[in-house]
Amino acid sequence: MRRYFGFSAIAFSLACAFGGISHAETLRIGLASEPTAVDPHYHQTTPNEALISHIFEGLVKMSPDMELQPSLASKWEATDETTWTFYLDERAQFSNGEPFTAQDVIYSFCRILNNETAIGTGLTNVARRIQAIETPDDKTVHLKTAAPYPVLPNELARVPMIWSGIAEFDTLEFEQGGDCGVTSSWPTVNDFNQGDLVIGTGPYSLKQYDKGGTIILERNDNYWGDELPDWTEVRMVAAPSAGPRLTGLLAGDFDLIENPAARDLKRIEESNFSYEIKPSVRIMFFQLDVGRDESPFVKSPKGDNPLQNQKVRQAISMAIDRQAIIDRIMDGVAEPATQYLPQGMFGTIEDATVPEYNPEKAKELLAEAGYPDGFELTLSATNDRYINDAQLTQAVAQYLSRIGIKTNVDTMTSSVYFPKRAKREFSVSLGGWGSETGEASNYLQYWVTTTNPELGVGGSNYGGYSNPELDEIFIEATRTLDDEKRSELLQQAVQLALDDMAHIPLHFESGIWAFRPDITYEGRADQRTMATHAKLKKD
Amino acid sequence: MAVFIVRRLLQSILVLFAVSIVVFFAVYTVGDPIELLVSPDVSQEQRDAIIARLGLDKPVWDQYLSFLWRALHGDLGTSFVHGIPAVTLILQRFPATLELVIVAMILTCIFGLTLGLIAGLYRDDWMGKSIMNTSILGFSLPNFWQGMVLILLFSVWLGWLPASGRGPTTTVLGIPLSIFTVDGWRHIALPAVNLAIANIALVLRMTASGVHEAQGQDYVRFARAKGVKPGRIVRRHILRNILIPVVTVIGMEFGTLIAYSTITETVFSWPGMGKLLIDSVYRLDRPVVVAYVMLVTMLFVIINLVVDILYAVLDPRVQLLEPGT
Repeated sequence: MRRYFGFSAIAFSLACAFGGISHAETLRIGLASEPTAVDPHYHQTTPNEALISHIFEGLVKMSPDMELQPSLASKWEATDETTWTFYLDERAQFSNGEPFTAQDVIYSFCRILNNETAIGTGLTNVARRIQAIETPDDKTVHLKTAAPYPVLPNELARVPMIWSGIAEFDTLEFEQGGDCGVTSSWPTVNDFNQGDLVIGTGPYSLKQYDKGGTIILERNDNYWGDELPDWTEVRMVAAPSAGPRLTGLLAGDFDLIENPAARDLKRIEESNFSYEIKPSVRIMFFQLDVGRDESPFVKSPKGDNPLQNQKVRQAISMAIDRQAIIDRIMDGVAEPATQYLPQGMFGTIEDATVPEYNPEKAKELLAEAGYPDGFELTLSATNDRYINDAQLTQAVAQYLSRIGIKTNVDTMTSSVYFPKRAKREFSVSLGGWGSETGEASNYLQYWVTTTNPELGVGGSNYGGYSNPELDEIFIEATRTLDDEKRSELLQQAVQLALDDMAHIPLHFESGIWAFRPDITYEGRADQRTMATHAKLKKD
Repeated sequence: MAVFIVRRLLQSILVLFAVSIVVFFAVYTVGDPIELLVSPDVSQEQRDAIIARLGLDKPVWDQYLSFLWRALHGDLGTSFVHGIPAVTLILQRFPATLELVIVAMILTCIFGLTLGLIAGLYRDDWMGKSIMNTSILGFSLPNFWQGMVLILLFSVWLGWLPASGRGPTTTVLGIPLSIFTVDGWRHIALPAVNLAIANIALVLRMTASGVHEAQGQDYVRFARAKGVKPGRIVRRHILRNILIPVVTVIGMEFGTLIAYSTITETVFSWPGMGKLLIDSVYRLDRPVVVAYVMLVTMLFVIINLVVDILYAVLDPRVQLLEPGT
């Protein structure tokens, strides 16, 4: 035992002597949560998609501000009502030097449809709506759909393309519910995690994937794009608690960390580190139970459900001082919401203002609605999912109590909260949603439209809100290819939702990144952390 | 001895069975993992397909029975979140935790026993007193806070050691270990010390009081009267007699650290099993939680067995099987 200690003491002193050697070309990132797989078609979560988009690319991509940009396809157009044509970039090639062709597009879609191990992803929704893929030549792809599908390019930004060379086939032909002519077995998530199949067109390739440990990416020097990233190597380590993640940055273990706590920004600045704040597309909102005459957590003097009254809902919205919540609870790091997607993005109302804060008028509205003495209400929320979720719910409860609605708060861990919300056990529930397509139809489709599994709409409409006029306008919008007209229809639908106030928008969360002072970082509205967005300062 | 071991192993099967029921149903009642797993933009049809694939559409007793059936065939289920077998997932993280705990336990033995002996032998000196008093700090400091202070001191201010993570690993006998590289030791130092401090204090105090008690015993006085050298008295007589309770504690602490060094692993972002357990509980990844608890139960059963055998080795009076049974 003593001898062992001697050895460790020597190792220890050696360790100290060799410390402090750093590699300027390596970027070490401290992640807030660990990606669960390197399979690009496994699970659509922000950490997974961030890792994957270093290695794989889609036909199109989203800019940091969620604008559509060319990626593997240099150009695309709707050639008729039900056909989108993509012209693939001539230069595009995989990290192993193989050219990217129409075959790879077909194989990628086929694999999505035949991916047994995936945890249900929006990818399958997209692939299911494609009826046929025609490839007149290696660099042209026609995607045929049954009905007009205007947001297909936006959705494709999240569909990573994989190499068809990992499969065996004679002729590859896209088909629904078949094997597309592939004779080899379909790769599983575990096959990808082993690393050999991870061949993409992106700026980085996978060097090491160590579950629970370090993920190492190395620069793909075959990268076909215009710009090679600054870092030859990227190391990602998950440090889920904000405190240790920040000390990791301050101690020099990390060069860049995601999501430090907003309250630590002062500390970061004082320690001569830099940070970047980027408003995200994640809207925080309260969803009201308007679909039922009796709601579990509402006690009204008349025995009814006051949330069904439009005036009551408007009064609730008016009672909340959004800016004060952002200043006091969110440490100033959030943007007040005027609607369900940040203003300026496709289909948003341009001249919308933050809903007025006016407790006096809110009280009057309550009285007009027939509840001069208010009623009793419980707000339900998570306490570990969104930034300051429990505190912000308490603040809203106090605002509501001020206008005479006796409000209680019930917060719980997300593993308890989400199943309960799905069973509609709440009257007012906190929600968060990032519209990753960067246009207004996404939020409407899942949260606002009347639930209809056949059309694939209203899946998260837990409040049972239903407005036939809105539904009609929305459905028309999803079938309109003309951008200008579609934007107009979406704005109408958003306006109807805002008038009814069954979903009370609060604010958009902001992403925060903190980093070494000698680098610059550009944040993304989809909250992904990308090594390619970090640059060495040149001076 | 063989009969004793076989009987203990049979008992442990019953224990495992009971544990599996409790854990399975406890995790089941928390909630439905589907809501956490599947995003709202997934169609109903697909959602149903996933529910069916994970077996969540069946009644709970049915799910438990099929779990039991597969467990008997060596399959403890596939992680909902990671899509790979739960046991594989746990075993991937096991070496990280194991090496951390072993380093911490070695520190515990060295410092705990040595300081304990000193404190016990020189109980009335300033040295013994100061050791005993400092040891109170050792187990009363909260683990989480103590870890943050270590990081602040050695990583942020002094800049000697990295604040988090595990060093590069080398594969030895198929197990990836980081203790064979200098950088590995730099990484393991702080978390191991953090884990060890409370245990050092515990072992130290037990040893000190044991030594003090033994010094007054007849056999020690007799040995001293006989003229046995003080060093031999300590080694041959005192230490051997006080080791039994100390070995029990060290054994149990070893198991506890392996299973639940969660706090230290979180503070230092150490990629061990504890972090996996917490993540899995949060995400209702039932197969991982159940498999984890089953493996940990097994570990404790084995450690208990080893401790019992060690008793017999240390103290010839202890017999593993009473005569006549």
